[in-house]
Amino acid sequence: MFKVKVEVMLKDDVLDPQGKTVSRSLDHLGYKGLSHMKIGKYIEFMIDNNDEATVRAQVEKMSKEVLSNPVIEKYEFYMERV
Amino acid sequence: MKYGVVVFPGSNCDSDCYHAVTDQLHETATYIWHEESSLPKGLDAIILPGGFSYGDYLRCGAISKFSKIMQEVIKFANNGGYVIGICNGFQILTESGLLPGALLMNTSQKFICKTVELEVVNNQTAFTKTFSLNEKINVPIAHGEGRFHIDKKGLKELEDNNQIAFKYVDNPNGSVADIAGIFNKQKNVLGMMPHPERCLFRNRKSLNILDIK
Repeated sequence: MFKVKVEVMLKDDVLDPQGKTVSRSLDHLGYKGLSHMKIGKYIEFMIDNNDEATVRAQVEKMSKEVLSNPVIEKYEFYMERV
Repeated sequence: MKYGVVVFPGSNCDSDCYHAVTDQLHETATYIWHEESSLPKGLDAIILPGGFSYGDYLRCGAISKFSKIMQEVIKFANNGGYVIGICNGFQILTESGLLPGALLMNTSQKFICKTVELEVVNNQTAFTKTFSLNEKINVPIAHGEGRFHIDKKGLKELEDNNQIAFKYVDNPNGSVADIAGIFNKQKNVLGMMPHPERCLFRNRKSLNILDIK
């Protein structure tokens, strides 16, 4: 069985007003020097399969087709055998 | 003309679309539940209404594209049938690949609900033939995630193929090139963030967008 963690972020050239707003608020609170803040999604789940290559291919496919929208988002994922 | 209005869990403009078509355009309309695996016979056009289908979970329109009915809507569109996606319907059309681009959170981070002015960019389609080129029309918007995004190459394709339907006169949400609505290449699919079905009384002419006979 694998525990999978998927991070979905807006692509670098896509404006993230949420990140900008949060960054500005933190600056107002006195947290200085912040920049390039982006807010994304974090998704975790378990897959009941012990074959690493199969799981990797499956997660890659579902990240591309469902969990992210390749027009605006990029993704990375991490797998851990449990 | 026979219209189908798709109803997803969370759709909230389905009734408006139905009554715009039946009471104002005097055409027939039928509701289509998202779990149906076939379309009613003899449909001329399908409307994907506004709302928050499947709670906008994951991304706006992301879950809807996998619904049973959307597989039929995609086939219908690919066979030349008319499809109009309004607001959440537009988001579903981009997610399902019937239209290019994507819709993101407004730059202001706010839900915007007001009537805006649009410019008709292409009047050579079934949806826009009653308008003159560059005509200014008023249509209400009501969205938090209506910022149209497309890369430079995609924008050039939209422009080269006359796929831009409407542009905002005063861009409310940060959309690329002020885009409010686009067509597919074949011009039988229209997606737009503003709500023509809400133009039943004021700005009545804008309702013509739904009148595609």
